[in-house]
Amino acid sequence: MIPAPDYRLQRNPFGRLELTTADGQTHVGVVPVRAFPISAPDDGIGLVDPHGHELAWIERLSELPDELRTLLESELAGREFMPEIKRLISVSSFATPSTWEVETDRRTTRFVLKGEEDIRRLDAPALLIADSHGIHFLIRDRYALDAHSRRLLDRFL
Amino acid sequence: MTSAPTSAPTSQGAAFVALADSAASALPLAWSARVRAEMAADEQVLAWLEIDLDASLRFAAGLILVSNARLLAMSSGDASVRSWPYQPGLSLSRSDHAGVGTLELCATEARLAHWHYTLAADIAAGRLIDHFTRQLHFHVSGSLPAATTQRLCPSCETPLLAGQEECPVCSKEIHQAPSTGTLLRLGRFARPYRGQLLAGFLLSLLGTAATLVPPYLTMPLMDKVLIPYQNGQMIDPALVALYLSGLLGAALVAWTLGWARTYILALVSERIGADLRTATYEHLLTLSQEYFGGKRTGDLMARIGSETDRINVFLSLHLLDFATDVLMIVMTTIILMSIDIKLALVTLLPLPIIAWLIHIVRERLRTGFERVDRVWAEVTNVLADTIPGIRVVKAFAQEARETSRFRTANAHNLEVNDRVNKVWSLFSPTVTLLTEIGLLIVWAFGIWQIAKDHISVGVLTAFLAYISRFYLRLDSMSRIVSVTQKAAAGAKRIFDILDHVSSVPEPATPVHLPKVTGRIELRGVGFRYGTRSVTRDISIAIAPGEMVGLVGHSGSGKSTLVNLICRFYDVSEGAILIDGVDIRSLPVAEYRKHIGLVLQEPFLFFGTIAENIAYGKPAATRAEVVAAARAAHAHEFILRLAHGYDSLVGERGQALSGGERQRISIARALLIDPPILILDEATSSVDTSTEKEIQKALDNLVRGRTTIAIAHRLSTLRDADRLVVLDRGSVVEVGSHEQLMACEGHYYRLYQAQARNVDDEDRLPSIDLARAAEGERQ
Repeated sequence: MIPAPDYRLQRNPFGRLELTTADGQTHVGVVPVRAFPISAPDDGIGLVDPHGHELAWIERLSELPDELRTLLESELAGREFMPEIKRLISVSSFATPSTWEVETDRRTTRFVLKGEEDIRRLDAPALLIADSHGIHFLIRDRYALDAHSRRLLDRFL
Repeated sequence: MTSAPTSAPTSQGAAFVALADSAASALPLAWSARVRAEMAADEQVLAWLEIDLDASLRFAAGLILVSNARLLAMSSGDASVRSWPYQPGLSLSRSDHAGVGTLELCATEARLAHWHYTLAADIAAGRLIDHFTRQLHFHVSGSLPAATTQRLCPSCETPLLAGQEECPVCSKEIHQAPSTGTLLRLGRFARPYRGQLLAGFLLSLLGTAATLVPPYLTMPLMDKVLIPYQNGQMIDPALVALYLSGLLGAALVAWTLGWARTYILALVSERIGADLRTATYEHLLTLSQEYFGGKRTGDLMARIGSETDRINVFLSLHLLDFATDVLMIVMTTIILMSIDIKLALVTLLPLPIIAWLIHIVRERLRTGFERVDRVWAEVTNVLADTIPGIRVVKAFAQEARETSRFRTANAHNLEVNDRVNKVWSLFSPTVTLLTEIGLLIVWAFGIWQIAKDHISVGVLTAFLAYISRFYLRLDSMSRIVSVTQKAAAGAKRIFDILDHVSSVPEPATPVHLPKVTGRIELRGVGFRYGTRSVTRDISIAIAPGEMVGLVGHSGSGKSTLVNLICRFYDVSEGAILIDGVDIRSLPVAEYRKHIGLVLQEPFLFFGTIAENIAYGKPAATRAEVVAAARAAHAHEFILRLAHGYDSLVGERGQALSGGERQRISIARALLIDPPILILDEATSSVDTSTEKEIQKALDNLVRGRTTIAIAHRLSTLRDADRLVVLDRGSVVEVGSHEQLMACEGHYYRLYQAQARNVDDEDRLPSIDLARAAEGERQ
């Protein structure tokens, strides 16, 4: 049995989320934030107002009523940007800074890796790569990449 | 920023002329055809933004364009073009989150459209909005707001400073990999020692020649002494003595030359290594705070310490050996050829095979050794993390966890080494095997040739003597592969530092300010750390001698602002001016001399107290040091120490209390007599009574200087002329304590919250005392 939340969430004409609490207060520009975006993306989502104050806490996305969940998922999809690297196509050099051409779950792109220290080891076997503009690229399992990608990647690890 | 008053409504045509010079540079080729087809006859492209993300944040190209009639958007995915003519109520704005910029077009009642782009295009987006807003204004009101008169960078429109030819933003964007022949770049450090290097080379040449004499003498020994004896002739003692003394002489000459050569070259390589180390350290210190923030201490220490040492050993031992080996092989080849060409060719047969083998393994080993280095840095990093934090580790009883972390790093180290060794271990035995096979071939071919009376036994003996050395050298030469790769990997890591351009660049044509009055002006200052924008559009003017307190929650951008004023980082937007001059056009070190900085955690270097006080002005007299200490209320406690001003303080001044260390750092700032003073939470880490001591010292310091003080404890800021309240990177309130309390805004709440908190920390009385003290003085 899923308890219905005691607040209402809707999208206004400006594309912002509006949250109305049980006591009738309305907050505009509410933003859903994942607490564990990498390790447990669907667990623990905070709804915060534009000042960063938490308004509501969602334990598990899957426990929400469908309508609310779709709304949140669409909002998250429009905000979250962590392309997952599926394949390394080429790297310009093995010394940094190096330009990488990669195939991600969001199509192909290129980015500049400033230094090897921008490749962060998460819980093995995941890697998080920050590019020169601070965009984070995720490699969920570096051993699951194809041989060519692994060989290229190995040179930087 | 001076903006010329807008003139009376001009005709549309005139507006074009005014805009033509600032119009966007050529459109990217991929779009120009489509755009041309879309444009009306009298329509003109003013600015464009190439976006690289679509609505669902997938990588896809698109173009947003501002013309003098409308805003257009097209994407590479489909042929449709959306357009919005200028009309009242439209607005275009941008925001960013996690590296993705969002551009939104809104009407008064709803959002019309929005686009996403990665932050690389953020500057173009700003320019687009700028052009859009001006055109909209023109279409609605009929007048065109004047463009800013400042000189702008042609490619990104960042304001350029006086004396700046290159745009600092654009020049920072060069992402080129360092060139590959890394080891050759060491030549820059070898140049000063050309003479010694040449001498060393000549000695090598002679020494190698000398070592080649003995095998040559085996030939006559065999053919003229031993073989005739076996055939019944007597041994001629004179001849034997001649040959043997030749052997001894050659050995002695080779020994002397070898010693001289090794000594000279070791001397030189040691100096090259030392120069390299100093150059790297010197360059490291010029890099900005940003660089140090991103690197771990252990890694940097390893680079400057062990990597330079490795290069040094490579130069003095391995490279030297290799050069000798090459010389020896060349000379041996010449000698063998001169004795018997056919046999020489057979002898040299395995050489290309070995060379090929070396080449194959080279690539694998190089990557392997690079990885070994990085893994090693990982191991040191664990140490560098844990040892300074040992109190936390012990307090939470996590020794076992830290050990296992170290063990993991070490296991990783082992695993990587194992993989490299797998290739490496196969390598040497293979070379040895080839050597044996080579010898076998020479034996076989030699015996066959002797049987056919083509060569004498002596010739074969000499050949065997030569090539056993020859192959021996090949074996040791194969080692050069790994050491060269190791040294190259080390050199790369060092040149990584040397090639790093400071993100706080020195101006090309610096402006010198010999005297500074201390007027500081912040104009629309913004700072972005990675994708997070830390401060936004901060504008403050501080008069000479004024004391300004920065107040706000932690994370509100106070320390960032101070770092920007000290130029530890450069602003991302806007400018900071001192006496009306942009700080980016002043030489960095010269500018910082005008600033005294007192930090929350005073850092004392290993040395005496006097040395620590005189850190910023090493030439200070003893009297000056004492005067500074007196003014900082440090004199008396220093005299109480066993060795007075000559007392040694440790790495972090272990023997002194927090308040004492802070007063030494205040004396340090007092001694350089800076016109600008920055107090970054100077009294936060000490208790209330110590704070009062420090406060007295600070009162002396602040007098007559432009002071910017950050304090968590608001009581510290009682003397401030003005308080600037920051919240999430923006200025929210400015005013004196009384004014801010009266308007009951942000500051009021902060103050109230603190007054409540101090009850249990016994700080409320101190604030009251401070207030009372102030009352008395007035």
